[in-house]
Amino acid sequence: MNRNLVQRLGFGLLSTVAFLTVLPILLILGYIITQGAPAISWEFITAMPYGGMRSGGIWPAIVGTFYLTVGTAIFSVPLGVAAAIYLSEYAADNTLTRIIRLAIINLSGIPSVVYGLFGLGLFVFFLKFGTSILSASLTLSIMTLPVIISTSEEALRAVPQAFRTVSISVGATRWQTIRRIVLPEALPGIITGIILGLNRAAGETAPILFTGAAFFLPRLPGSPFDATMALPYHLFVISTQIPEMPFQIQYGTALVLITFVLTMNMLANFIRSRARARRQW
Amino acid sequence: MKIVIENFSLQYQDGTESLRNINLEILPNAVTVLFGPAGGGKSSLLRCLNRLNDLADVQKMAGRILIDGQDIFEPKTDVTALRRKVGMVFARPVVLPMSIRQNLTYGLELAGERRPSKLDEAVKRSLQQAALWEEVHDRLDDPAIALSGGQQQRLCLARSLALQPEIILLDEPTSGLDPISTGKVEASLQELKKDYTIILVPHSVQQAARTADYAAFFLQGELVEYGDGKELFTSPKEKRTEDYITGRFG
Repeated sequence: MNRNLVQRLGFGLLSTVAFLTVLPILLILGYIITQGAPAISWEFITAMPYGGMRSGGIWPAIVGTFYLTVGTAIFSVPLGVAAAIYLSEYAADNTLTRIIRLAIINLSGIPSVVYGLFGLGLFVFFLKFGTSILSASLTLSIMTLPVIISTSEEALRAVPQAFRTVSISVGATRWQTIRRIVLPEALPGIITGIILGLNRAAGETAPILFTGAAFFLPRLPGSPFDATMALPYHLFVISTQIPEMPFQIQYGTALVLITFVLTMNMLANFIRSRARARRQW
Repeated sequence: MKIVIENFSLQYQDGTESLRNINLEILPNAVTVLFGPAGGGKSSLLRCLNRLNDLADVQKMAGRILIDGQDIFEPKTDVTALRRKVGMVFARPVVLPMSIRQNLTYGLELAGERRPSKLDEAVKRSLQQAALWEEVHDRLDDPAIALSGGQQQRLCLARSLALQPEIILLDEPTSGLDPISTGKVEASLQELKKDYTIILVPHSVQQAARTADYAAFFLQGELVEYGDGKELFTSPKEKRTEDYITGRFG
């Protein structure tokens, strides 16, 4: 066979396979949009549910997911970024840091329902935070930390070593070097990691199941110690726990959840590209 | 004497001995060249002079290095102040990811200088000294990375000069540059030695011979010969020096 023909066949095969990986996403999106779009209305997004949740909207679940995401960010972002800075910039490569790294890798492999159970024991009962936004946010934070730490550490390590050497050589301290050179360079990568982590937290059901999610609340949560409705748990409830649920409402809820997550992703991309544009290289 | 190195030895953690019992006195207002084949310990010695070697895995260090009579390894030494006083230019031009201007003001700002007039003055002076002012004065706020390799290396030189150091260390500063850029850097050095103490690790014997007021020949961690540049390159006392500069090994 002709060499060029072989090449063309090869490329054709590769591009087909590449397209196949995109296909599931397109199918999922397409299906949820076509099924869920009829349910979407101003009322669906902004009203409280009523009639055994078979009517009305999903406003408290949207607000709840927002609260949980913000709560998770408050705990996991400072901790995760600080840990990444320590691991990448200060810690020597010794047994202790190897154990820390191993723990982080293993932490990300733990099933999310186990996090839920752990949060129930520690935050809900032992620390007496109750079934609340606080307990659920803390549980989600622990689950999110490994993602934030490992992506942030990677972003920090990607900053060329030569920048650090040069900065030190003109009289900067280690911290000045981190603050003024390393962090700004790594920031887009760190933000991407944070958003990926928070996205996962926003979509999880199991960790909040025992720690903060409410089946149904007639009002919005008023403090961090209140339980809250949340989109993923609400989706689980209306799909499995309530008989004769109109299925547009299920797909409508899924559509809102997916939109929430994709919007955050797009925000991440926007921040990243803007950071690049501002730095001009 | 600007710098006095006494019985200085250095050994790295991986077991490689880098420097063995070095004694060297370096004069101000001259270009002192440290040359010899790779692995001779020239760069290590250079990096000790501004204690950049603190970042490396040093196992053992012995002897003293005095700058203006002060032992730089004494615990009370202010290392960041030392590094401002002893500037360094590396083999590969590394500009910081900032504008041209910020590259030059970075060190000064770290040291607490905030007055715009002082910063502007330092920018202009250092660029003129590094023979770069004419080429970049109308685009100081452009990213430094957009400059050519030769311009970037002169910016690195200017970056050390902006701090008004007393000593400038250059570690093969022209190894990646074309002959024209190399010529510009060498010419700036001859101009700069009027005000500074310059220590250069050249990237070739020819460059060593061209630039040296004083020359020190390093071989495998040992200082073989040290003396007046013209003399050393025309009539070396040591056989090993002669063999190296005539190209019999290296």
